Amino acid sequence: MSFLHNYTYYIGAFGLIFIGLYVILTKHNLIKVIIGLGILDTGVNLFLISVGYITEGTAPIFSGPDIDTEHMVDPVPQALVLTAIVIGVAVLALALSLAIRLYQHYGTLNLRKMKGQRW
Amino acid sequence: MRKIVSIILLVIAALGIRLSLKEVRFGEHETEVGKHYVDEGRDETGATNIVTSVVVSYRGFDTLGEVTVLFIAATGLGAVLTAGGGGKMRKTEPASLVLYTGCRILFPLILIFGIYIFIHGHLTPGGGFQGGAIIASGFLLNYLGCRERRISRVASNLAESLGGLIFVVIGLLGLVFGGYFLLNFLPKGTPNTLFSAGIIPIIYIAIGFKVGSELASIIDNLIEES
Amino acid sequence: MIVVVSFLVVLMLVGAVAASIFRDLISAVIAAALVSLIASILFYFLQAPDVAMAEASIGAALTAAIFIIAIRRTKRYEE
Repeated sequence: MSFLHNYTYYIGAFGLIFIGLYVILTKHNLIKVIIGLGILDTGVNLFLISVGYITEGTAPIFSGPDIDTEHMVDPVPQALVLTAIVIGVAVLALALSLAIRLYQHYGTLNLRKMKGQRW
Repeated sequence: MRKIVSIILLVIAALGIRLSLKEVRFGEHETEVGKHYVDEGRDETGATNIVTSVVVSYRGFDTLGEVTVLFIAATGLGAVLTAGGGGKMRKTEPASLVLYTGCRILFPLILIFGIYIFIHGHLTPGGGFQGGAIIASGFLLNYLGCRERRISRVASNLAESLGGLIFVVIGLLGLVFGGYFLLNFLPKGTPNTLFSAGIIPIIYIAIGFKVGSELASIIDNLIEES
Repeated sequence: MIVVVSFLVVLMLVGAVAASIFRDLISAVIAAALVSLIASILFYFLQAPDVAMAEASIGAALTAAIFIIAIRRTKRYEE
């Protein structure tokens, strides 16, 4: 039971990563695959922030003149995840524009029916 | 067949992750770099939001790369979608009176809220990216409510280009005045006031305008049909 | 406290499974937006207010909006 107490966030993050990978590997519709890419992105960001957490920590912001810096959480993963979220939405927008062009060219979004695809 | 192979692959990946994460426990990992940023961050940069000082001042070059990636994605989307040509012209009916009136009242308030968030990025949680996203959602509300108004291409291109240009010019000014790119050359001031922390508010204002106009132009390119 | 976090994590995983099962693509997009929203709440519990604000505004609102606009230009139902 204490195992669950300590690792709840890790279980949630890895669950999201595996569900996202499963959707990318086995679904036929192109927009479903892009939704899976978005879920995978959210899972990886959650894992990065939960690594930087320190038990009984506070947020790294000085809200008054005398705040002790003993128990602040790590600010470096938060800066990296801020970048990663914006890049994630840029990748999703570009992928959706390519999906729209593919639909205009082939008439279908099923990956098995597009000409020349085997997998 | 494909599902069985996928599940076997995922089981192998899970075993590998379990074996390699035995050393990372939850809540105990403390790094030296993070400790240095938290202890010396307020004196070295003058900003009270440590995450802002890490994003703009200590790791400012990564933020420049991210702004470039966002610009490439928005330009690529515009190039892909207008090269096709031809989509069906759909008849859009005008919105109802409640939605129209509510949208006209709420749109300036959302813009002011977004501008407030990225101006105070070095004092409170917030910053350029969050404020830019709020401004873009204000423009999305404008598309859903009052449907005959579109943003002008000239103004959005101008805001986007000026934002990126100001960021690079301030970095090059740091190279001129001191030794390296993105040096903090303005005076730091007293912490917890609006005009403090050197170049950090100026860079965040430029990033806020750039991200807001870029996301609004992404939505504009996706909606426009034929 | 740990009960609230466990309940939220279970709800998030149920939403992710629902996003992969639904055949109506707009329902799948709304389930993915629910996953982003609960991730934003978990970011707040992990003492990261900047990241929570960014995930809530970008992940839950703008991503769902551009998905729905793209689905409107293509097919709605998965074959």
